[in-house]
Amino acid sequence: MAGASSHQIDAATAWGGKTSPFKVSYGKMMMWFFLVSDGLTFGGLLSALGFAKFANPESAGTWPMGEEVFTHFPFTHAHLPLLYVAFMTFILIVSSVTMVLAVEAGHRMDKRGVIKWLGLTVIGGFIFLGSQVWEWSTFIAGPDGDLTTWYDNTTLAHSTYGGEIIQEPDAHGHMHTTQIVQYGPTLYANFFFFITGFHGFHVFTGVLFNLLVLRNVMRGVYHRRGHYEMVEKVGLYWHFVDLVWVFVFTFFYLV
Amino acid sequence: MLVRDDIVEYSLDYHHSEEQGKVVRKKIWKVTAILSLITTIEVLVGVFFPKGEDPGMQWEMIKWGYILLTVIKAGYIVLVFMHLGDEHKTLKYFILVPYTLFILYLIFILATEATYIKGAWENLL
Repeated sequence: MAGASSHQIDAATAWGGKTSPFKVSYGKMMMWFFLVSDGLTFGGLLSALGFAKFANPESAGTWPMGEEVFTHFPFTHAHLPLLYVAFMTFILIVSSVTMVLAVEAGHRMDKRGVIKWLGLTVIGGFIFLGSQVWEWSTFIAGPDGDLTTWYDNTTLAHSTYGGEIIQEPDAHGHMHTTQIVQYGPTLYANFFFFITGFHGFHVFTGVLFNLLVLRNVMRGVYHRRGHYEMVEKVGLYWHFVDLVWVFVFTFFYLV
Repeated sequence: MLVRDDIVEYSLDYHHSEEQGKVVRKKIWKVTAILSLITTIEVLVGVFFPKGEDPGMQWEMIKWGYILLTVIKAGYIVLVFMHLGDEHKTLKYFILVPYTLFILYLIFILATEATYIKGAWENLL
């Protein structure tokens, strides 16, 4: 496919001297190095999640069940486990496919094809980001957005993991906020928001890279250069983002 | 000599013809179908065989099933979508082997330590 292994490179041009032992361009190899280190970061975070889950004797009863983490869906109040997250996963897979099709079009020097597929990839990225915004806001403010309460206008008195807010008057008639924790311990919420947030940040930067490369494609930069390897390089990053989501999906919403 | 990756001769630009493109696209759609199918299975199992309050032996099997399916999905993404399967095998193993070894070690050590710490807490309480 896009691999270089089938392609003989002139030794003098490969690394400005000796042959490249990996038969791959400098930029692509550096992208792989970056992805390995980034993958280790995510691997460390997810392993830490497992550590926190297993090390805490109290978590056995309170740690949320994967399929019950997010059960909401827009425009309905039905209890729909996994459906919304499955939708997000599907969006990311599809945008990964459009990206690989953009790379394929690039190999045929098909500028229009690259623009079409890369454009669809960007749109998919935006849909995913929007979905995550909705998920987070539902987590924080409840499905109707009405569980958020600003207590005395100073403290954001809501449960960060989608718990219910109950306001009760005490003996003096002052209102007090009680939280019902629905989604497990705070530690879980910390991991949830950090890891999905860090992934969301990667999606965001991926969309930015894709947009920049799309602009260059439209201006014909890569066509003049004679190859679309830059699309391939940002493609690697984009697939990596999809790859991370596959694991986030499993370890937050399934297991 | 200054090495730049925007020089045509240097860049490992792999070009293919219209016919080869058809073969490549066929493979892409096949992998898309596989990934979608696996995700659908995962979601259906998640909906119809939830972990519930009292997870038993069945849940253990489902859990490892999820992890296996996840690794299969990851394999397809890395080897086909990211083309690592088509790269030179030195690069392929250069990426995969250290990563896999390190992550397996990390999971092992964290699982071991977590179990130990949990036991220590329980003895303390």
